[in-house]
Amino acid sequence: MNHIDFSLVDWSRAQFALTACYHWLFVPLTLGLSFIVAFMETIYVRTGNEEWKRLTKFWMTLFGINFAIGVATGLILEFEFGTNWSNYSWFVGDIFGAPLAIEGIMAFFLETTFVAVMFFGWNKVNKKFHLLSTWLVAIGSNLSALWILVANGWMQLPVGMKFNPDTARNEMVDFWSVLFSPVAINKFLHTISSGYVLAALFVVGISAWYLLKKRDILFAKRSIIVGASFGLLASLFILMTGDGSARAVAHHQPMKFAAMENLYVGQQNAPLAAFGILKADPNAPGHKKMDFRYLVEIPDVLSYMAFLNPNAYVPGIYDLVHGNPEHGIISYQERVDKGKIAIDALGSYKKAKAAGNDSLASASLSTFETNYPHFGYGYYANRDVHELIPNIPVSFYSFRIMVFLGIHFFALLLVVLILTLKNKIETKKVILYTALWTIPLAYIASMLGWIVAELGRQPWVIQDILPTIAAVSQLKSSSVQVTFWIFAVFFTALLIAEISIMVRQIKKGVAS
Amino acid sequence: MRKIVSFYYEGFRNMTTGRNLWIIILVKLFVIFIVLKLFFFPDFLNSRFANGKDRSNYVLHEITKIKN
Repeated sequence: MNHIDFSLVDWSRAQFALTACYHWLFVPLTLGLSFIVAFMETIYVRTGNEEWKRLTKFWMTLFGINFAIGVATGLILEFEFGTNWSNYSWFVGDIFGAPLAIEGIMAFFLETTFVAVMFFGWNKVNKKFHLLSTWLVAIGSNLSALWILVANGWMQLPVGMKFNPDTARNEMVDFWSVLFSPVAINKFLHTISSGYVLAALFVVGISAWYLLKKRDILFAKRSIIVGASFGLLASLFILMTGDGSARAVAHHQPMKFAAMENLYVGQQNAPLAAFGILKADPNAPGHKKMDFRYLVEIPDVLSYMAFLNPNAYVPGIYDLVHGNPEHGIISYQERVDKGKIAIDALGSYKKAKAAGNDSLASASLSTFETNYPHFGYGYYANRDVHELIPNIPVSFYSFRIMVFLGIHFFALLLVVLILTLKNKIETKKVILYTALWTIPLAYIASMLGWIVAELGRQPWVIQDILPTIAAVSQLKSSSVQVTFWIFAVFFTALLIAEISIMVRQIKKGVAS
Repeated sequence: MRKIVSFYYEGFRNMTTGRNLWIIILVKLFVIFIVLKLFFFPDFLNSRFANGKDRSNYVLHEITKIKN
């Protein structure tokens, strides 16, 4: 087949996005609520106050519901790797396999031991051991996320590997550079801290509902104090990790960074577009260029954000596509040419090896290795290089909405905490309703973060090395469509089950 | 050993909300591992090629093709 089946690529992408989004609905609450529960139980163990034990058990039950319904939903993503993305799966097997195997083993031991002690161990093991188990569940859940995010970080910045042309696989040569890659570390810290804020808003929002209903008042206030304090600290941490993430993107994925900012022409003292409405420029050739309307800029901030220097040069989309020799940026067309050389050299190496022509094999391998950093661009040799630009409006708006929501979360948590400490929260109905309706906003912000990270790096599955068009399995598009709808139904059923069981439990209240 | 078994047995027996959750977990695992994995998500390469060499040859062929 010499033509790309875009229907297959798009449906495979849509299916992966659907399952990842649904899976992610369950994960961040687990990451954050486990720590909130651990803090509450610590207070119980330290004070001996039975009210804190009831409070801990209530939130632990909601944690359990979310954990039980969410567990194993991530496995479907691994099935999809093997079925829909087999080229990719084979290509990265050794690198991706190690973190996922560690994650699987950790999750297994965590789930069969400490989660069981956490739920079944009340009054059966001593208080301190139970508390230790709760903390280990929290730490273990977060470490479990580490390995998945390290694997994802590697896809954004493929380091610590060497491609083996005989097996067509990347092999890990430096585990530590995979684990401690700047993208992986920032991604992990930013993602888990966003989970903490989401869980804090979940606790505050449900507690606000109790206050609006004028029931379980003391329980609700205590929950708000723990949840909002945790959420505020996590918000500050998010600010730092978000800053680190932005810098890592600017260094390693400049096109994603430019797309997030709708920055077409690179500049020194680049301003940050704090607000703007995008409008397609009908006169721009080759690519649907976006112009700004109602632009509000903050001078120098983008340069500072990217390179910690307000005078730094930030490359724009046109610099990356067309090249900018002054700043040492080679054009996409040059990268496409080098990528094509790498692909052809790999094919030539394979044929030379089969024919026993060692000198040609050696020369081909050398050419391949020289051009390997551009390998993925070669797949665009017969295509328009503008296809290498991600969707600008999606990246631009997703990033801004996420940031604005993050500011809203911080302000809300601060106000709610102050009002609770001053014992005035019960009378502030607008604040309480806002807290309640902020729960879905927390999920939206969390999802938008992934949209920026994943759609912003399109068309790459592995940055610069493998695009989606080369990673996909040669299946029938119709079979992917069928499984897409099966997943849509399956996950929606799980989501409905989660929400209905959780709402029932919340309505029962802390007394239950 | 008996203590551990009894710990889990008693834990499951005394569940309230947890019982529904276990039903959901078991149904979910059945759907994921039996229905989806067996019928809809065969491993593309493992189901078509008998050994690693054939799989790597196929992938090499696929990734050295530049399509239009």
